[in-house]
Amino acid sequence: MYYLKLIFKNVFRAKLRTTLTVTGLVVAIVAFGLLQTVVDAWFAGANSASSARLVTRNAISLVFPMPLYYRERMRSVEGVKLVSYSQWFGGIYKEPSNFFPQFAIDHNTYFDLYPEFLMKPEELLAFQRDRQGAIVGRKLADQFGWKVGDVIPIRGTIYSGNWQFTVRAIFDGKDESTLTRQFFIRWDYINEEVKKRFPRRADQIGVFNILISDPSRAADVSRAIDAEFKNSLAETLTETEKAFQLGFVAQSEAIVVAIRIVSFVVIFIIMAVVANTMAMTARERIAEYATLKALGFSPGYVAALIFGEAMVLAFIGAGIGILLTFPLAKGFASSPAGAAFASFAVSEATVWMQVAAAVVVGTIAAIVPGWRSARVKIVDGLRHVG
Amino acid sequence: MKIPFSYIFRNLWTRKLTTILTAAGMGLVVFVFSAVLMLDAGLKKTMVGTGSLDNVLAIRTGSETEIQSGITRDQAGLLGAMPQVARSKSGDPMVSKESLVLISLTKSGQEKGSNVVARGVSPMGITLRPQVKLIEGRMFRPGSSELVVGRNINREFNGAEIGQSLRFAQRDWVIVGVFDGGGSAFDSEIWGDVEQLMQAFRRLNYSSVIMQLAQQDSFESLLKEIAAEVRLTLDVKREQIFYEDQSRALSTFISILGNVLTVIFSIGAIIGAAITMYSSVAMRTAEIGTLRALGFRRPSILVAFLGESLLLGLVGGLAGLFFASFLQAITISTLNFQSFSQLAFSFTLTPKIVVQTLVFSMFMGFVGGFLPAMRAARMKIVDSLRAA
Amino acid sequence: MGNTLVEIKNLVKTYTRGDQEVPVLRDITLSIDRGDFISLMGPSGSGKSTLLNLIAGIDKPTAGILRIDGEDISRLSEGQLADWRASNIGFIFQFYNLMPVLTAYENVELPLLLTNLSKAERKERIEMTLNMVGLSDRMDHYPNELSGGQQQRVAIARAIVTDPTILVCDEPTGDLDKQSASDVLGMLKQLNQELGKTIIMVTHDVHAAEAAKRIVHLEKGELLGEVTSP
Repeated sequence: MYYLKLIFKNVFRAKLRTTLTVTGLVVAIVAFGLLQTVVDAWFAGANSASSARLVTRNAISLVFPMPLYYRERMRSVEGVKLVSYSQWFGGIYKEPSNFFPQFAIDHNTYFDLYPEFLMKPEELLAFQRDRQGAIVGRKLADQFGWKVGDVIPIRGTIYSGNWQFTVRAIFDGKDESTLTRQFFIRWDYINEEVKKRFPRRADQIGVFNILISDPSRAADVSRAIDAEFKNSLAETLTETEKAFQLGFVAQSEAIVVAIRIVSFVVIFIIMAVVANTMAMTARERIAEYATLKALGFSPGYVAALIFGEAMVLAFIGAGIGILLTFPLAKGFASSPAGAAFASFAVSEATVWMQVAAAVVVGTIAAIVPGWRSARVKIVDGLRHVG
Repeated sequence: MKIPFSYIFRNLWTRKLTTILTAAGMGLVVFVFSAVLMLDAGLKKTMVGTGSLDNVLAIRTGSETEIQSGITRDQAGLLGAMPQVARSKSGDPMVSKESLVLISLTKSGQEKGSNVVARGVSPMGITLRPQVKLIEGRMFRPGSSELVVGRNINREFNGAEIGQSLRFAQRDWVIVGVFDGGGSAFDSEIWGDVEQLMQAFRRLNYSSVIMQLAQQDSFESLLKEIAAEVRLTLDVKREQIFYEDQSRALSTFISILGNVLTVIFSIGAIIGAAITMYSSVAMRTAEIGTLRALGFRRPSILVAFLGESLLLGLVGGLAGLFFASFLQAITISTLNFQSFSQLAFSFTLTPKIVVQTLVFSMFMGFVGGFLPAMRAARMKIVDSLRAA
Repeated sequence: MGNTLVEIKNLVKTYTRGDQEVPVLRDITLSIDRGDFISLMGPSGSGKSTLLNLIAGIDKPTAGILRIDGEDISRLSEGQLADWRASNIGFIFQFYNLMPVLTAYENVELPLLLTNLSKAERKERIEMTLNMVGLSDRMDHYPNELSGGQQQRVAIARAIVTDPTILVCDEPTGDLDKQSASDVLGMLKQLNQELGKTIIMVTHDVHAAEAAKRIVHLEKGELLGEVTSP
């Protein structure tokens, strides 16, 4: 149709301006997509959590431990299938900036709870046979170039001293959402050392990881576990793994909110740029629009021409931007800064939000120029010729 | 010959919509830019204000934070006996032995708990922090299960009013006062009697020991003395440095995120400025020809258009700064990754940030306007006149 | 009424500039017959273009009567007026006002898009019209590939392709060289004589004005007098 033809031809009339505007749009849409992905990454831990698993921690706060013997009592709670445990180790590998989570775990049961960590059975067996062994996630191993058999020195902060662990297994994630940036060591080995050096801190557990037989009864089971330890020295707080992970996100909510706000600011910026382009375009073409109106075309048609042009601009920019988001996100994920995120993948929702952003930018940008051009008096518009 | 400023200004004024849109784009970028700087400045101010230069803080070697540290009573006693440590009028060492625990409280409007520092302090601990002032209620009585809460805790968390009590470690702790930490990290803490807290949590070791130096310059000799004593396996830092280090990760995170965003966003704004200036040049081709014919030289034309673009940047910069200055009323409370506890800090506008921001906005105007201004200056007189 | 097409009685047009009222047309009375060819002449600011714009329905009078073909067009809404222009008025401008992104063929097709004609019918008409103005071989050229005279002929084709009642021409030769100008005037004369089109033309060029049957002079918003050519 003529309408579309006019729009497309008009879009490419001022090549320099169109190129600049589209470039701006691409940058904005990419930035928007990446920021949304950063927010998603923040929630990655919670999203990969299973609803069949509970986490029990000390009710006061996570830094307080619970005695190991709680395990036996938890096992006896109805609905509990398996109880394993882990302890935050918090060591430093060479530099504090090399941060990655380290957990001392029960080597016999922990991986029964986490079937999404895939590893060779013989490697797991090797870990179970070596008290100083370690199991490392694929992303982490790739980041530092570790292989099975490497000895990793870790400087303790909570458990002071220099520790050494031998990589016995490297695990892969079942799918994209599985986090593979953790470092697992054996709790029994740490505990033995602690016993020698700080006897009072021995036999203490950071969190219990619990598998339940019926996920729909998670709330009941949680309550039953906490009731078991009511009024004891270490009261417990049990919640689903997802709620536990979301608790971390909530603590840094201000940052998530800031990133969200900023990701919308970038859309406003580009809205101003595109609106400016449309305003200038419309001003330059006032005579043409007046001629169309003199010929009998309605003001709405003129406005639709401007609207269509803004939309085409927005969609070209968004299209290129969306296509570029994927390789850039991948590049970022493999950079040192991106490695800090457990998972960094562009979600489908993000792409749809980018499309929505393009629609909003195109629409808003066309409002004022479209309205002005539709309303301009033919006589005044024609006077702009030449 | 110089082209008058009014010519530059009026050209922007005639095309109000375009000028406003372009300046708005730049203003938003400037807003983000200055907000990040202000946040970082606020964080630094909070952390620096927490520590005093006269005070020295000791934690166990390698433990990095107070939470992970442990200092025995014997070690604490040795520290108090050091000759470099100041004495009070009554002759007691100016030393506070402290114990830190994290307790989980819920912020108003949230369901999930956030970690809050509960600090047990010696009676001397309050004297050592002159910036801490009671603003409501009274101080906790030594030997009792009483607590005083920082200003931000009182404001942001549920159940932190005077008269309410917190239950942890099998005891009910009554809140008897609210203190103002003068914008320091203490505003996000809860204080109580160190011996009571340690008893309740069955702890034997302190987390840290704070000492006041008798003389500011005796820090080096104190360091030497401690290093020489085999029983003291401690990391000793000036209190101010310690707290600065505590927020390093958060500060780095804010500045990296901020810088990346600023670079990306400014590309958008520069493009906006370039579009505006290119169109300004195109629309005024005949005018440029006329000016040249009148005897204005190429550099004058270049300066006129660059001036227009710089002015555009300045307008955007001032607008962005104006709106960013309102952020000073906002306090942000978030997790400090290093100490694993909540930390509240405000956006802080400093003269340095004002200068940085304005320079940045003019820079955007300069970069965006340079190529269009070059195009204007390079036009041939005859060609541009013909466009009339 | 008989043969009167345009009936103007006591027409007044005043512009408001700032807080000042500027009278452009004061009390104009004029009638134009069907099949007439009339030139409006006068110095700039005389109101001749304003009068033309009023007749063409792209501007509205402040007071007075303006009937075209018996219809009081000052009462039409903006939308109705647009439809009315599409079917009754053909425009020819000084600077042609062609769409630079459309070919000669497409420019002529533009007004036909507002009719119900099928694509084939449109094609037939466009080709016939372009043939009439002598541009059959330039159909696929863009305006910037055509000379001024050729562009104005495309504009004439665009004006007549819908077979309007009135052709409205605002300085149609103002931007043309002598030869092209006389070609365009010849074409207008031909349209008037052979197809009976009513033409209203504004010009300040005496030579151009002489192509018309009637010449009406305006000054300071008032009619001065009229010359009728033989």
